[in-house]
Amino acid sequence: MIIELGHYALVLALATVIVQFVLPLVGTIRGDRALMAVAPAAALAGFMLVLFSFSVLTFAYVVSDFSVVNVVENSHSLKPMIYKISGVWGNHEGSMMLWLLILVFFSALVATFGVNLPERLRANVLAVQGLISVAFALFILLTSNPFLPLSPAPAEGRDLHPPLLYLGYVGFSVCFSFAIAALIDGRIDAAWARWVRPWALAAWAFLTAGIAMGSYWAYYELGWGGWWFWDPVENASFIPWLAGTALLHSAIVMEKREALKIWTVLLAILTFSMSLLGTFLVRSGVLTSVHAFATDPTRGVFILGILVFFIGGALSLFAFRAATLKAGGLFAPISREGALVLNNLILTTAAATVLTGTLYPLVLEALTGEKISVGPPFFNLTFGLLMLPLLLAVPFGPLLAWKRGDVLAAGQRLFAAVGVGLVMAAVVVYLHGGGPLLAYFGIAIGFYMIAGAITDLWLRAGIGKVAGNVAFRRFVGLPGSAFGTALAHIGIGVTVIGIIAVTAFETEHVVEMKPGMQVEAGGYTLTFDGMRRGQGPNYSEESGHFTVARGGVIVDDVWSSKRLYSARRMPTTEAGIRTFGLSQLYVSLGDPMAGGGIVVRVWWKPMILCIWIGALIMMAGGAVSLFDRRLRVGAPQKLRRAKPVLEAAE
Amino acid sequence: MTRKQKRLAVIGGGIAFLVAAVLLVMFAFSQSIAYFYVPTDLAKANVEPGTRIRLGGLVEAGTVKRGEGSTVTFTVTDTLATVPVTYTGILPDLFREGQGVVAEGAFGSNGLFVADTVLAKHDETYMPKDVADRLQAQGVELSGKETIK
Repeated sequence: MIIELGHYALVLALATVIVQFVLPLVGTIRGDRALMAVAPAAALAGFMLVLFSFSVLTFAYVVSDFSVVNVVENSHSLKPMIYKISGVWGNHEGSMMLWLLILVFFSALVATFGVNLPERLRANVLAVQGLISVAFALFILLTSNPFLPLSPAPAEGRDLHPPLLYLGYVGFSVCFSFAIAALIDGRIDAAWARWVRPWALAAWAFLTAGIAMGSYWAYYELGWGGWWFWDPVENASFIPWLAGTALLHSAIVMEKREALKIWTVLLAILTFSMSLLGTFLVRSGVLTSVHAFATDPTRGVFILGILVFFIGGALSLFAFRAATLKAGGLFAPISREGALVLNNLILTTAAATVLTGTLYPLVLEALTGEKISVGPPFFNLTFGLLMLPLLLAVPFGPLLAWKRGDVLAAGQRLFAAVGVGLVMAAVVVYLHGGGPLLAYFGIAIGFYMIAGAITDLWLRAGIGKVAGNVAFRRFVGLPGSAFGTALAHIGIGVTVIGIIAVTAFETEHVVEMKPGMQVEAGGYTLTFDGMRRGQGPNYSEESGHFTVARGGVIVDDVWSSKRLYSARRMPTTEAGIRTFGLSQLYVSLGDPMAGGGIVVRVWWKPMILCIWIGALIMMAGGAVSLFDRRLRVGAPQKLRRAKPVLEAAE
Repeated sequence: MTRKQKRLAVIGGGIAFLVAAVLLVMFAFSQSIAYFYVPTDLAKANVEPGTRIRLGGLVEAGTVKRGEGSTVTFTVTDTLATVPVTYTGILPDLFREGQGVVAEGAFGSNGLFVADTVLAKHDETYMPKDVADRLQAQGVELSGKETIK
């Protein structure tokens, strides 16, 4: 019964989002305020209905309601609760429900927080959100209904990062809707950018979190010691991240200087298009097999239809209407704007490069049947070289003045930052020695970026130029966005240091070990003590025990196991990981050998935690920017309006 | 410089950057694309020693031998032809005789295929898609469980 209610709510939600799309649009065309006012109410109702429907599905998983085929196929009554819940989106149907839920969640947020947007803009934005929701609700009901019996869908890894990823790339739908609304109206100004920026920031921060968590999950769970594989599924989330990062920066130019309007609108469209493309790649099955996609095309073709409709429609509208958006302020090539344009040029080129490498094998196979693989070397070479000038330029950006900057003066101010980078590289040479020269260069860049970001705050506060207490007050009074920028740039520096250190200085030993044997890694000595058989709730495992010593003193011990899950008969590796400072020892087991030994793989991963800590710092930067008072849309008006209500309450 | 010249310089710089990026992508493609072969193809194709390729097929039953340390040799077959492979390292959890694999590496000058990566699909019910497609194309019967769909 409850299942039918959930299904019914989803159908009602479809009707609601159709209303959300049609009525406000008619309202803006006719200038009918009553029709426009339908949009927020419909958006809230649609969100409630989808939320109810999603809760019902989750409930079915929690109580293992095996009358629902989707639950039978994807759940198991013995599974721990957390896996039951994450199992909801661990399959195709459920993950599309999550997609829709997050989409209508963002519509509801726009409806709630957009009270002081101009009427027409809000109605149009919510109408476009409504149209996207219609497409996905139809997709779910027609091809991927989780409440109905369906042919088996391949199960995927169950983990917790998809909700964050979806919050990221579905969040960009709001920017997309704003862009389309602006094109429909043919009007756009700095205020538009101020409204769009918080959404772009929030989506970007979530996407950063999702990608970082996905990367750590792969590192922790797969037992291969790798943290990024340039796998198409990873790229599908990374491309929107690159485009979204570019969007964040161009929106700054538009907000502050009214320049780059048309480009910002285009980027908003492209970023969400890349999100849709990512959904298509992951959800249509085209990655698993081009062949399977061709023989059972219902879902794939439906998503492809959504993709073509929204990207094609948006770009046509753009081509048709972009000329009506008046170009804004002029600026010299060497200026803050110029630096942000360089940022955009490099980031979008990098996104295009990753996209090319991801799609090329698919296109080639579809066209010629020839099978190739484009591996990490391609991405490392192209992406790495493209990023290099960007990383070097990042600290300059905030130091250049708007309109016309002085690159030499900025360079002089960065002397200290360059010095810090070189000194830190020298310290690493002294501590570590050996390794490729390029690695020290990379380390120097990482520290230079961190120091460069701090330099900006330092100069803005006037530390050393004015009295200490004045500088302190100025520092505390700096706008949130200044701290946000600095934190985000520091985060990249930290991530760069982690990536370079792991890539250049990690050590890997593959040895056949018998009890009592030792292996050295990163200055630690691992002694293999022996194997033990164990039994978990739904798996059996064989674990190896290792003692970790440094300089003859035992400092830690670690278990590394291979598990066999009884339900799925699937062997998995549970790597043994021990953290020392920011570095990790990573031990995974291979096959037992004839003589009683076992193959063991031991990695020393220096500074690897920096990769994810950097991402955390970037997210913190996004959050700090988001709470910048100046960015809060129409905060003063809200106060004014709130007052009379309070008085009335008294 | 006049404003016009400046603008030209900026646009020219942007275009030069994009051209450089395109050239870079093409160069990287030429360096790092690995073509996929099954053993029968290799008999026909003339693959130079040292060229990176991906070799796909089934691990022939009874051919997996462990050598010194963690070196393993096995034979990859598509039921019509076979290629012997050596690999040093830990094999994936799902590597088994009779199962589909993709070995990435190159032929040495002695004609032996040296793999540096061996992939078996994540889930035991799946086979690497390239392998399944090609084996089916060659008429090898696969039980429904092994193929992807």
